[in-house]
Amino acid sequence: MNGSEIIIDALKKEGTDTLFAFPGGVVIPIFNALYGESELKVILNRHEQAAVHAADGYARATGKVGVALVTSGPGATNTITGIATAKLDSIPIVVITGQVKRDFIGTDGFQEVDMSGLTRPISKHNYLVSDIEDLPRIMKEAFYIARTGRPGPVSIDIPVDILNSLLKNYTYPKDVKLPGYKPTIQGNPKQIKKLAQTIQHAEKPLFYTGGGIIAAGAEKELLAVIEKTNIPFVTTLMGLGSIDAAHPLFLGMPGMHGRYAANHAMMQCDLMIAVGARFDDRVTGDISRFAPHATIAHIDIDPAEIGKNVKTDIPVVGDAKYILSELNELLKPRKRNGWCDSVTTWKEEQPLSYTMENGEDCPPQYVIERLNALAQEDAIIVTDVGQHQMFTALYYRHRQARAFISSGGLGTMGFGLPAAMGAALAHPGRQVVAICGDGGFQMNIQELTTCALNGIPVKAVVLNNQYLGMVRQWQELFWNKRYSSVCLKQRPDCPPECQGPTGSCEGTYLPDFVKVAEANGVMGLRARTAAEVDAVLKEGLAHPGPVVMEFLVKKEENVYPMVPGNKAIDEIIMGKKK
Amino acid sequence: MKNQIERHTIRLKVVNTVGVMARITGLVSQRGYNIYSIIATPTEDPSFYTVHLVLQESEEKIEQITKQLNKLVDVIKVTDISHNKNYIVREFIMVRVSTSKHRSDILQLFDVFEAKMLDLTQNYAVASLTGSPRKIKRFIDAIQPYGIQELDRSGEFAVLDV
Repeated sequence: MNGSEIIIDALKKEGTDTLFAFPGGVVIPIFNALYGESELKVILNRHEQAAVHAADGYARATGKVGVALVTSGPGATNTITGIATAKLDSIPIVVITGQVKRDFIGTDGFQEVDMSGLTRPISKHNYLVSDIEDLPRIMKEAFYIARTGRPGPVSIDIPVDILNSLLKNYTYPKDVKLPGYKPTIQGNPKQIKKLAQTIQHAEKPLFYTGGGIIAAGAEKELLAVIEKTNIPFVTTLMGLGSIDAAHPLFLGMPGMHGRYAANHAMMQCDLMIAVGARFDDRVTGDISRFAPHATIAHIDIDPAEIGKNVKTDIPVVGDAKYILSELNELLKPRKRNGWCDSVTTWKEEQPLSYTMENGEDCPPQYVIERLNALAQEDAIIVTDVGQHQMFTALYYRHRQARAFISSGGLGTMGFGLPAAMGAALAHPGRQVVAICGDGGFQMNIQELTTCALNGIPVKAVVLNNQYLGMVRQWQELFWNKRYSSVCLKQRPDCPPECQGPTGSCEGTYLPDFVKVAEANGVMGLRARTAAEVDAVLKEGLAHPGPVVMEFLVKKEENVYPMVPGNKAIDEIIMGKKK
Repeated sequence: MKNQIERHTIRLKVVNTVGVMARITGLVSQRGYNIYSIIATPTEDPSFYTVHLVLQESEEKIEQITKQLNKLVDVIKVTDISHNKNYIVREFIMVRVSTSKHRSDILQLFDVFEAKMLDLTQNYAVASLTGSPRKIKRFIDAIQPYGIQELDRSGEFAVLDV
């Protein structure tokens, strides 16, 4: 077999069924081997960044390793944002890039770029294959490293002459031998016991759970512990859906745009049990004032996360599923009526709110609420990055794991549409909705073509406020309304110091998303008012193929609650009351 | 003291593979730390290398970087040697000093520090010295006024003295 055939055989043995790909000079040998291939579905994305996000969306929706295949040089550099996105959110993907032939490496050859150098700080691990003999082992290791321990992206750079070399006696390895890579799965029993005792005695404990619950598949174990111990919980953006948001002990998402109850519970608890969460600055706010009364327990598979941002009193390194089930064995049921009553009262007293008045533009929150009512129960909700992302996190009822997909750590605009494609290909038959802002939607809008040609039925919901809304919100609140480069209708003849839309700036908004959709062979719908929202959603969601539903929404709506930067997370700006 | 900045010698056992040093130095700079010195040397087993990484940071930061280094797939073992009371640190240096003026003073200094004379001409002397970081520092301080023409240092390496 030659190198190209080995790669394809390895992909199949690793259970890959979909390949997000874009060809180019040095990877022609792999595409040649893929010619006529029936077991592997090859999706030809229109940009390499989108291919990686699609592989990422596929991985987030399934827990399986997503795979992207692109050429060297610009093809490779276009994957960088996608790889970094997967790294920050611990998503298992393998990105295969072609490289110039070995003799040319280091000569600034055509389309040569040092891919292993570029991916070193943004991947979990990377390889440059320098010998055909190593290829089977590297393929095996790459998939193993991507999906085990704390998952993450692995990049494999393969020179074209290796793709063409023959390897006699090829066999795909059964095991990996990696003396320097042994993730800890079982937590230290003494630490688990200590944690159980601490939980038993805590009066005001709180679970703070993150994406690690989903990565470990520990949703049931978490629910069991929470229900046995009656401990309220908050869930980060990455963990939303791990337990149904309708659960009475769920206080919402904490942090910069966190719910009042979630943030106050974090500040007032006497024991915080973090599970698969990493005390990100968007969650903790001013770290010196974070959770002042709490003993901090931290369960994480990555020992480097423990003590990285906050001082940890009870660390437990290991797999969340394993540790939570061990913990459950040791815990005794306990009621905590006083504490539970206070936190749930906060939740009732400080609900999410926005105003909706006749004659005003449609509030974006309303679209999310209606989508929540009209989408299928098991719909997969994918977002882009910005205000709509936070509205979706807050206003959608996240019911199950792997059904809310969002770029959390890196905050990558342009993620939504391609990631939704990955999710839709992974789950044929399930409704997949990509919620985007009008800014981010334009960053990978070319993928509408890919959706149309391949029949990928993504339902895109575009909340169009004609602004880069999140930046505009910051400019409004903290920069004296100096709306610099955020208006998407801005033209050279606009006043140089515009502070928001007036009657005299009624130029045409570009692009016309409905026409763009139609030009790409995708159904395009538009709701101009709140009254039209339901009809558009119903028509769009019922359509069997891909759809773009554009909703013209309030231009200057803000995401609330909001904790300004460097404030403690209980210093919250709440929204307008209804 | 957790926040006190001290010199830490971290010893790593790594797989002898292309790019392993780039991974280590990249990780350290990516996390915002400075390298005081770094040495990579082959071991008795050709498939492994030993790396001595010296960092001047607080205990807290060293703990974090040690954990991050441990996560590198090509890194087999990470030990912060400075945590152990019984360890020996040595550095090897070579120096060329001008002897056109204070020739006898310089030669006497070499003697006192037990530096090994490698070459001596009318204009300069070349010597080597192996010693603890303290001894090396004192030696360099002592010869500095006479005009160091060239100074090359191995960087610090250490061994546990169990």
